[in-house]
Amino acid sequence: MRPLSAMACSLCRGSSNDAHGKAAGVSELAHASLTELGAMLERREISAVELATYYLARIDRHRDLNAFLDVRAEPTLAQARAADARRAAGEKGALLGVPVAHKDIFVTRGWHTTAASRILEGYSSPFDATVVQALSQAGMVCLGKLNCDEFAMGSSNENSAYGVVHNPWDRDAVPGGSSGGSAAAVAARLAPIATATDTGGSIREPASFSGVTGAKPTYGRPSRWGMIAFASSLDTAGLLAVSAQDCALAFNAMLGFDPKDSTSVDRPQEDYTRHLDIDLRGLRIGVPREFFAAGLEPEVEAAVRAALREYAALGTQIVDVSLPNSALGIPVYYVVASAEASSNLSRFDGVRYGYRAKHYEDLLDMMRKSRAQGFGAEVKRRVLVGTYVLSHGYYDAYYLQASRVRRVIADEFQRAFQRCDFLAGPVTNGVAFGFGEKSADPVAMYLSDLYTVPTSLAGIPAMSVPCGFGRLGRPIGLHLMANHFDEARLLGVAHRYQCITDWHTRVPRGY
Amino acid sequence: MPSAWETVIGIETHVQLRTASKIFSGASTAFGAAANTQASVIDLALPGVLPVLNAGAVECAIRFGIAVDATIAQRSVFARKNYFYPDLPKGYQISQYEIPIVQGGALSFPVAPRSGEPYIKSVRLTRAHLEEDAGKSLHEDYQGMSGIDLNRAGTPLLEIVSEPEMRSSAEAVAYARSLHALVVWLGVCDGNMQEGSFRCDANVSVRPAGAQAFGTRVEIKNLNSFRFLQQAIEHEARRQIELIEDGGHVVQETRLYDPERDQTRSMRSKEDAADYRYFPDPDLLPLDVSPQWIERVRAQLPELPGAMRERLVQEYGLPAQDAAALTASRGLAQYFEQVAQAVSDKKAAANWIMGEVCAQLNADDMDVEHCPVPAPELAALIARVADGTVNLKTAKELFALLWKREATSVDSVIEARGLKQITDSAAIERVVDEVLAANAAVVAEYRAGKEKAFQSLVGQAMKATRGKANPQQLNETLRRKLRR
Repeated sequence: MRPLSAMACSLCRGSSNDAHGKAAGVSELAHASLTELGAMLERREISAVELATYYLARIDRHRDLNAFLDVRAEPTLAQARAADARRAAGEKGALLGVPVAHKDIFVTRGWHTTAASRILEGYSSPFDATVVQALSQAGMVCLGKLNCDEFAMGSSNENSAYGVVHNPWDRDAVPGGSSGGSAAAVAARLAPIATATDTGGSIREPASFSGVTGAKPTYGRPSRWGMIAFASSLDTAGLLAVSAQDCALAFNAMLGFDPKDSTSVDRPQEDYTRHLDIDLRGLRIGVPREFFAAGLEPEVEAAVRAALREYAALGTQIVDVSLPNSALGIPVYYVVASAEASSNLSRFDGVRYGYRAKHYEDLLDMMRKSRAQGFGAEVKRRVLVGTYVLSHGYYDAYYLQASRVRRVIADEFQRAFQRCDFLAGPVTNGVAFGFGEKSADPVAMYLSDLYTVPTSLAGIPAMSVPCGFGRLGRPIGLHLMANHFDEARLLGVAHRYQCITDWHTRVPRGY
Repeated sequence: MPSAWETVIGIETHVQLRTASKIFSGASTAFGAAANTQASVIDLALPGVLPVLNAGAVECAIRFGIAVDATIAQRSVFARKNYFYPDLPKGYQISQYEIPIVQGGALSFPVAPRSGEPYIKSVRLTRAHLEEDAGKSLHEDYQGMSGIDLNRAGTPLLEIVSEPEMRSSAEAVAYARSLHALVVWLGVCDGNMQEGSFRCDANVSVRPAGAQAFGTRVEIKNLNSFRFLQQAIEHEARRQIELIEDGGHVVQETRLYDPERDQTRSMRSKEDAADYRYFPDPDLLPLDVSPQWIERVRAQLPELPGAMRERLVQEYGLPAQDAAALTASRGLAQYFEQVAQAVSDKKAAANWIMGEVCAQLNADDMDVEHCPVPAPELAALIARVADGTVNLKTAKELFALLWKREATSVDSVIEARGLKQITDSAAIERVVDEVLAANAAVVAEYRAGKEKAFQSLVGQAMKATRGKANPQQLNETLRRKLRR
């Protein structure tokens, strides 16, 4: 990893802290970037214990957001003390002593892991997820576990068994989902960075709704070991943070080959900050015309088009591309993801751990009732859909056909990348919606993922970068996508935009 | 009465592979540990765990595939077989479904029917695929509750499926025995049937002799010995024939064999069969087996029993039956070769091993690997019989001493106990003369035509030499003297 001084961006005017001017009267510390926090720790201006204590107090003060599911000062401070000891012993590291919070999909020792489900209430994992362990090894201090949709199934965080999460920009709006707790926590600066997972848009949609930066790497780059499985062929760990630069720093510790995950990709370790100062001149950004079709709200389109103009001004070439079958992404996704989920969730049967029904007739009845009482409505819906599409006589028509169309969609991305280096478009068709607005209509809810699902099916890296605000002051995100394993340049492309805009440094009032 | 019905049998065998660790986790596969002490977080299916394929299990499958001359799939796929059961922690079993690693192949083996001549039968194999074993439910030990032991969960299995090409219980048992011998021979299975390392299910149907179409088949489970396999097939074929002859028809179903009552009872019918909702396991990439890997395994493969049978016939001039018996296990065959190479009479080596050695091994329930008579000593014993140092009777006594470890060296015990055969004709004549003189009455009986009296005189003379006289010489001398 490069020394800290080399990571300050030459393209940002002055120090990045000053460049992205802030509203007066808000706390400086909470608004510091990961890079700045690392530098402060290195200069001994603050200790990891002080930093952790500070964030724990903020989390406590903003409990009403319901972003966190489990906060425990004791293990957090123990980790902070360990980080301070490491630094005192001469160890250096951009992340050493910097706080992080984990989506409750990642199993952790020291905190309960529930996947926001009743069926895992009070569950303690005997091991850490690889992602958690990797960040911990880099010295990051865990602040606790973040709320999300139950088993990461949802686009609004309304499916958590432990209550909704409020959007810090507008308490009446959803923060997005499934990583709603991660997005809200970072938006409200209750954590400088948070882990998240993206199966069909669960990082990018909440990033867009909550006005934070979200990054989903290539499928296979982050280990899935210790990530409670929803749809194994799609589940990808990633980050919600303030900036692309912060994501790049944390990716350096978080991504890499893991022999415990057979779908993990065995490639050499990379420095994800190496392209932050990428020269955009001559690069081509493809704009899929299908992403601007009917249904896209004008305010979102306007913000995204404005961002594209910024890129054009930076010297990129904007090219028109087509992903003709991307609209099939939603049905394909709900067949494939539900099928895998129906099988992945079979282990929650009340036999070995987790919730067990109090009254039952026999073994089978115990399993049946435990699942009926332990799972929420959306989880049951997807298990039913998944069970149906895998059933004898339906498999070919649904699962097999969906797998074929998935391949077609992935191939279309490859064709598009022959014409451009990156893709850009909206993340969602509108800004964050209000509680209950879509929860009665599952299909409307599923369509929230229209633009994010195709990239998940293709397994390519993608980001959501704040690019403006829409009605009621709710944030809008710019969707950036790259080809497999091109996340370092993707982060650079996002960073260059963040060097000339300040959407990402804005903090909701009161935080 | 010749039966007008033909029985058709296909066999599915679950072979537990002899890997140190499980097929998708690092937990030990050793049998008999305290319940749930050999179940890792993966075997327990805790949230967040993922399977990683054990290459050792794949190698076992390749070994087997080469041995039965099957096609080893360059790419095979693990699927999930979904069903709920308390001892199935994930709620699905990882098993190869559409594309198994071993495809086709055949097994040839000798069949010795109860009546008629022995013959060689060849049965084609459909496939052999890798999968994981489930845990065990213990219903007996807990009042009103079930215990779950997940030590077995994740133990690698090779499920070997034969074509329905066997036509009698004798063929089915011969197939199962031969398959058992082969997987043990290859070192891919410990062969322990009591511990469930080798488990057979039989698909049985009947049809009028000469008919082409198959009858409705019934799958019989729980056949954990060759005897049960035979009994269950015979019982089931009888049941089906009686059913049809009484105007009924066979229902496709799974039946459980109850050895205590020697009957099968229905477990579930085809209609009740679960929909397993197979689909490729997204946690595991397709399994690629390179031609180089296959060649590497082939190079390490021991000589196979079929090839060895032929070689024993060629090289040692043994009858085919002997070669088949001696290749029942790799250990026995190796033992034979060690003995045979040290003696000139190869047939004698075969006879000793198939006779005395196997009888003692069976009596003591022992593997040839633990045989107390080392091959060089048995060879020495055979050599001493051949060169006339001891007679066969003494040799067998000597063998018993070696078996009981009361002697370690054939030659030194012959020396020490003075067991050397008496071939000195003067000495034998002397003994014979003494016996004739002392048994005048018996001699008279013999001369009166009582042949039995001769044997009595032989016995007396043998006794006088403490069994060491060369029997042939003794007989001749006695006849000669009595003729006078």
